[in-house]
Parts: sequence; C-alpha cells; structure tokens
Amino acid sequence: MSKIHVTTTINGEPAEFLTEPQMSLLDILRDEMHLTGSKEGCGSGDCGACSVIMDGRVVCSCLVLGVEAEGKDITTIEGIANGEDLHPVQRKFLEHAALQCGFCTPGLIVATKALLDRNPDPTETEARYWLAGNLCRCTGYDKIIRAVMDAAAEMRGA
Amino acid sequence: MSSLSYTAPTSVNEAVGILAGAQGLAKILSGGTDLLVQLRSGRTKPDIIVDTKKIPGIMGIREVDGGFVIGAATPCSVIGEHAGLSAAYPGVVEASGLIGSTQVQGRCTLAGNLCNASPAADSVPAMIAARATAIVVGPSGQRAVPVEQIVTGPGRTSLAKGEFILEFHLPKPAPHSSDAYLRFIPRTEMDIAVVGVGVSLTVDAAGVITDARIALGAVAPTQVLVPDGAAAIIGSKLDDAALAKLDAAARAVCNPITDKRGTIDFRIKIAGVLARRAATIAYKRAGG
Ligand SMILES: Cc1cc2nc3c(=O)[nH]c(=O)nc-3n(C[C@H](O)[C@H](O)[C@H](O)COP(=O)(O)OP(=O)(O)OC[C@H]3O[C@@H](n4cnc5c(N)ncnc54)[C@H](O)[C@@H]3O)c2cc1C
Ligand code: FES
Ligand code: FES
Repeated sequence: MSKIHVTTTINGEPAEFLTEPQMSLLDILRDEMHLTGSKEGCGSGDCGACSVIMDGRVVCSCLVLGVEAEGKDITTIEGIANGEDLHPVQRKFLEHAALQCGFCTPGLIVATKALLDRNPDPTETEARYWLAGNLCRCTGYDKIIRAVMDAAAEMRGA
Repeated sequence: MSSLSYTAPTSVNEAVGILAGAQGLAKILSGGTDLLVQLRSGRTKPDIIVDTKKIPGIMGIREVDGGFVIGAATPCSVIGEHAGLSAAYPGVVEASGLIGSTQVQGRCTLAGNLCNASPAADSVPAMIAARATAIVVGPSGQRAVPVEQIVTGPGRTSLAKGEFILEFHLPKPAPHSSDAYLRFIPRTEMDIAVVGVGVSLTVDAAGVITDARIALGAVAPTQVLVPDGAAAIIGSKLDDAALAKLDAAARAVCNPITDKRGTIDFRIKIAGVLARRAATIAYKRAGG
C-alpha cells in the first residue's frame, strides 16, 4: 500500500506528511506531527475532544481523513496561544477553573475560539448550543460557560 | 482495509468513470460524518473512497430563476448562513441545521444525509415536502429524481453503480409559500429524531391553503408522504377541524418500529402532534 503525500498548513506553518487512506486527520496530528493536544475521546464525532479549525470551520478531526487536509489551513490547540502569551479563552479557562481532568479542554478552547471569531457577543444560550458537541464529564459545564462568556467580554473590550 | 484507496476526481466525468469502473465497493465521500464513523466501526469496508469535493460547483449555493441549486457537498453550516435560502425555505434550512453539533455542521451535507438512507435523517422530510429534486449523474448521463425516490429502504438507495448526486434543485416558491420542519428528540440537542415532520404550503390572499405537502421521517423504513393530510388542509385556513384531519392522516401512514428511542404507539401519536405543529408554523410563515 503506497502512502499518499499531503501538503497543508498547520498553525500557520507549511506542513507535509505521508498518510494511508483510512488514517484520520487526528491520527496524523497526534502520531505523525506529534501535536498531541487534540484528543481522541470517541473517534465517532460525538465528544468534540478532537476539534480543530479547518478553513475557518471547527470540525472533528477524527471525522476528517488525513488526505483531506491537502491544501487546507488547519488550526489546532497548539496554534491558539501567541507564543508564550495565552489566548484570552485559555486564560479565562484557567481563571474560572473551567477544567478538572482537562481531556475536553483543548477541544472546548478551539471550538470557543471559532465561536468568538464568528460571533464576538454570543448569548449564553448561543454559547451552550455552539458547544453542545463538546462533552465534558467532569465540570458540569457551568464554569466552562462562565469562562467563555468572560473571555468574550474581555475580547470585546467590555 | 489495507487495500483501501482514495481518490479525489476533479470533474464529473472523471468521478463517474472511477465509480463505474471500480472493482469492489466504491463509496462516495462528502462530509464523512456517516461514512467515516462506519469505516472506523467496520460497518462498511470500501475498496475505494471517491471524494467528490474537488469537483467544481459541488460545494456552494446558487440562486437560479428564483429557485436554488445546492451543491451536493455543501456543508450544512453554509446552508444555514445563506440568507436567500433561509428566507425562501426556512424549513429545509432548519432541518439541515439540526444535524449534529457545530463540528458536524461544518462537514455534513444534504447528499450524505439522504444517501446514508437512515429513516431518521433530518433534512429528508423537509426536502421532500419542499419538492426538492436530486440531480443524479452517472454513466448514462444526468437525470433529475424527486428526493422521495432516492431512498428505497434503511441503508439502500435507488442509485445505480457509477451514479452519484451532483446537486439539489429547489423550485422557485409560489408567492405566500413557506415550510417548516420539527423533530422530537428526548434531549434538546445532539440526538436522533424519534419522529420528524416536514410541511410545505402555499396560501392565497385570504389565508386559504391552496397547496400543501407533508412528509414524515423515522416512522417507517423510508420517509413517507402524507397525501391525505395535504388534502385535509388544502381549502382550509388551518382551523381545528382541518388540523384534526391532518393529525389523523399523519398517524394513518405510520409504520414504525419500537426501539430504545420510542415505542410504536408513541411514534404514531407524536407524528400527528408534530404534523399539526409544523403545519401551524409553515402557515404563519407563509403569511396565513
Ligand atoms: C455526532 C453526530 C451527530 C449526528 N446527528 C445527526 C442528526 O441530528 N440528524 C441526522 O439526520 N443525522 C445526524 N448525523 C448523521 C450525519 O451527520 C448526517 O447523516 C450527515 O448529513 C451525513 O452527511 P455527510 O456529508 O457527512 O455524509 P458522508 O458520510 O460523506 O456520506 C454518507 C453516505 O452517503 C453517501 N454519499 C455521500 N455523498 C453522496 C453523493 N453526492 N451521492 C451519492 N451518495 C453519496 C456516502 O457514500 C455514504 O454512504 C450525526 C452524525 C454524527 C457523527
Ligand atoms: S474523538 Fe472526535 S469527536 Fe470524539
Ligand atoms: S475536565 Fe474532564 S472531561 Fe472536561
């Protein structure tokens, strides 16, 4: 089985890798690119732990084939902070203690960033629906939503 | 699995050639939110995956003569953001918007929802009610197929070897027309329809219904039309008597199963209730 060569952009940097047809983008990110921030919770699109932004849309990287990354622009959790400076969403998750085990956190932060890029002033209901595909078995979601709303307010300069 | 290959043709002819000539099982890839789940679980074992998304025009929405052409691989998130389509076909748009999470919306498509051929597929009753046609391309050329003729049973479609859906056409709506889709799920988000109902209707200046189409999902092996329900509300202003007849007609076409999501009796009852409610919403939207 010959591998397929893929050229793409990950976190603003040109990247290339070899993949087999059935490998998911999540497999590639974690096992080939060693970007292990994206997590595999379910592998079936239900939990959102593998969320990445692909050409401006948040998607489950477990439900994208590695080959589909060809020519795309992909942002993972590793590309959210600006060097040493945490993104406001990351900072607010820490301030509000919006995590316990942290397994869901990369996906939630990526999905929240995608929300706020699109809608800087979401209502709490909008935020809850937007994040309905990100499951957390620890926090009960309340602190997550508080962190999201607070990050949105700070980013608006409110 | 080790023999799986992947190809992304860049024209309809190339795609048809690959599909028609494929040895073994060829599977079309649109958004992958059904296919890749089934690939991972081993429920499907394709020999070749044909990704259609590099075919020009297969992603995106065009307004043509007051109607709409929706490319088969257009993600539902794009459908939800289209102002013209949302105004003309709010029912189709709300049904496609119910599929999965934000992440799923970024990938999932109408063609995948239809061709996965689940009785519970959310966009399908809405598309049938709206008289959507699928443009099917294949070795013998192109044909326009009403959406209700695509699914033949759970997991089965009427598409022949080498054929795939290129796009969907929604006709120019008559004046004072609108549509609505409602589903029942036990939770508020992220669940599969226990019953889904699509209603599309047209009213005249006096608010009398002149045309209607009703389709149910998740109550039979395929989506079902409710012609008696349409007949019951045509000529009415959707008064209580008409709604009661619609409720009875919707219940009469149900042939559901009992599963963990709902019993036969429950599904039948809910089909009647949702048909009334969806008709009421479509009627208001149409200006009735
Ligand atoms: C977490 C999660 C939640 C979900 N929630 C819902 C829900 O609420 N409601 C719902 O209805 N569904 C739901 N689904 C199922 C799925 O997302 C939808 O059915 C979706 O519309 C499938 O579209 P796709 O483009 O991803 O299909 P794909 O996976 O790409 O394809 C599905 C099937 O259709 C075939 N196909 C695809 N495109 C074509 C074409 N152009 N011509 C011919 N055949 C084609 C494929 O070969 C495959 O057999 C959910 C899935 C997940 C993972
Ligand atoms: S690992 Fe992708 S959604 Fe759970
Ligand atoms: S913090 Fe443990 S799953 Fe969310």
